[in-house]
Amino acid sequence: MSTPTAVLVGFKARRRASRRRSLKPWYRNGTLMAGIVIVALLVLVALCAPLLTPYSPIAQHLEDALQAPSAAHWLGTDKYGRDVLTRLLWSTRVDLRIGFLAVFIPFVVGSVLGGLAGYFGGWLDLIVMRIVDVFFAFPFYIMVIVLVFVLGSGEASIYLAIAAVSWVSYAKIIRGEVLVAKQQDYVVAARLGGVPHATILLRHIGPNVLSQAIIYAMSDIVMDIMAIVTLGYLGLGIAPPTAEWGSMILDGQEFITTQWEQATIPGLAVVVTSLGLSLLGDGLSDLLSPDRRK
Amino acid sequence: MLHRLRFVPGRIVQAIPVAIGVTILVFLMSHLLPGNPAVALLGDRATPDRVAALSKHLGLDKPLWLQYLIFLGNLLRGSLGESLSYQQPVSGLVLHAVPVTLSLLLFALVLSLLISVPLAGLAATRPGGARDLAARTFTLLGQGMPQFWVGIMLILLLAVKVRAFPVGGYGDTAADHLYYLFLPALTLAIAMCPTIIRSLRASTIQVLGSDYIGTARSKGIAGAQLFRTHVLRNAAIPTVSIIGVNLGYLVGGSLVIEKVFAVPGLGSLMVNAIFARDFPIIQAVALFVALFVVVVGILTDIVYTLLDPRVDLAAAQGAAS
Repeated sequence: MSTPTAVLVGFKARRRASRRRSLKPWYRNGTLMAGIVIVALLVLVALCAPLLTPYSPIAQHLEDALQAPSAAHWLGTDKYGRDVLTRLLWSTRVDLRIGFLAVFIPFVVGSVLGGLAGYFGGWLDLIVMRIVDVFFAFPFYIMVIVLVFVLGSGEASIYLAIAAVSWVSYAKIIRGEVLVAKQQDYVVAARLGGVPHATILLRHIGPNVLSQAIIYAMSDIVMDIMAIVTLGYLGLGIAPPTAEWGSMILDGQEFITTQWEQATIPGLAVVVTSLGLSLLGDGLSDLLSPDRRK
Repeated sequence: MLHRLRFVPGRIVQAIPVAIGVTILVFLMSHLLPGNPAVALLGDRATPDRVAALSKHLGLDKPLWLQYLIFLGNLLRGSLGESLSYQQPVSGLVLHAVPVTLSLLLFALVLSLLISVPLAGLAATRPGGARDLAARTFTLLGQGMPQFWVGIMLILLLAVKVRAFPVGGYGDTAADHLYYLFLPALTLAIAMCPTIIRSLRASTIQVLGSDYIGTARSKGIAGAQLFRTHVLRNAAIPTVSIIGVNLGYLVGGSLVIEKVFAVPGLGSLMVNAIFARDFPIIQAVALFVALFVVVVGILTDIVYTLLDPRVDLAAAQGAAS
């Protein structure tokens, strides 16, 4: 018996929890709206970062290094005299962009492979699922860290590493959903009616199974952002001097005894981001799988 | 009892292809490194003579599948290559670090159960109530915090502001180890709790609604006694498999946490190897951890079977084949 991953389990538990909520129009769904507002604000911050503060996120002013919070520098300055607030806001651009973009490749690859495996079964299913098992043996962080190390640090490596690791979750989810869907009357009817496999998969089954992958993608974005931040903390992420939450925490840790806010605040930014995305995911699961409610 | 464990040999056989897949993947990683793997493995110490010797040892002039067999042969003889930075066999370094990481994991597991079980119980007794909301907020936030950052925050609060615990290290005696590992274990426990609480809460709610709980209540069993004697074991069953699956995640996290707290386990070994560009160590740690996860998967199934007399994996295997 193979068992699903941590995230999958959490995700299923969440799905179970969603059954108890009542059916409401989407805009009356408090969880969803809270998620949308938080994520929209973050995207707005990312887009407007250059307009929000007068400082550069990378230009060094060593004469202003390690200042305490003041009217000029609301969150103080780091060891290179850069404004911490400015770097915090600019990090949103890097971390959100990579987090969101990193989901696409594994989403597509995993969904296609999982869908084909579930639909056709047989040796294809056997091979795909054995490969999934092998990848599942590597904890997420280990695989991402090793792959980024091997491929060399940088944005492209991060995308590749995350794709190599996360496709398996999508494959498992979609395969499971397809296994159920292909037993349904509408699929059996379409098959008997001679509808080609490709049409059944894309037009009949696809729309019915994708919602689970979309809901999962929200928590996957959180995982990806955690991975990017962790890589940044280990010095394997986006190269300095680009502002990024993980490397900001690494820089701040040096001064934990004197300026605790430097390591604390970038972490809080990550917490707010994940909170927004988790709420969005919970809300979407309410909205997209109403049939799973009793 | 024992006859229900007759699935174990079959389960081990099932794990073999996965374990082989793991070794293939780890083997291929060295070929993803830019340039000649021998040069990459030797790092700064690469001289033409050494590169030639190592190339011959690894069989780099031979076809890929043969190279893999050589890799596997070396592996079975316990040879994982030589560390570049320590200049000694990697296997010794790994074996030295393993007990440290295992004790950290075990400690974290105990702490996370100590936190999760009461919280999940409190949340489940009145779903939607204030305590449930508090538990839900904790799980939402716990999930959204980068683990290493939680570690830094614990250092800030409990080691820098309140000087209750050491900032890092491992200590010398067994009592020292417990003291030094408390904060890193707590960090990992905080990361682990949300998943356990959510699963345990859901299964507890389900158990509390079942008929036999009604019977027990009508016999006058209530409160903590009811929870201990009737609820927990049944509610724990799905959670066990979730914990098993999550151990892999926990191992991944522990590697970064060890770095934060300077705990001399596998994680510190690996992270230091990253800075030293010491690929043989990275490869060995990845391999070890993945094989560990495969073994934990088997152990989880065993515990699961022992805990729930209704589960018979051997019968399930028979039915499937």
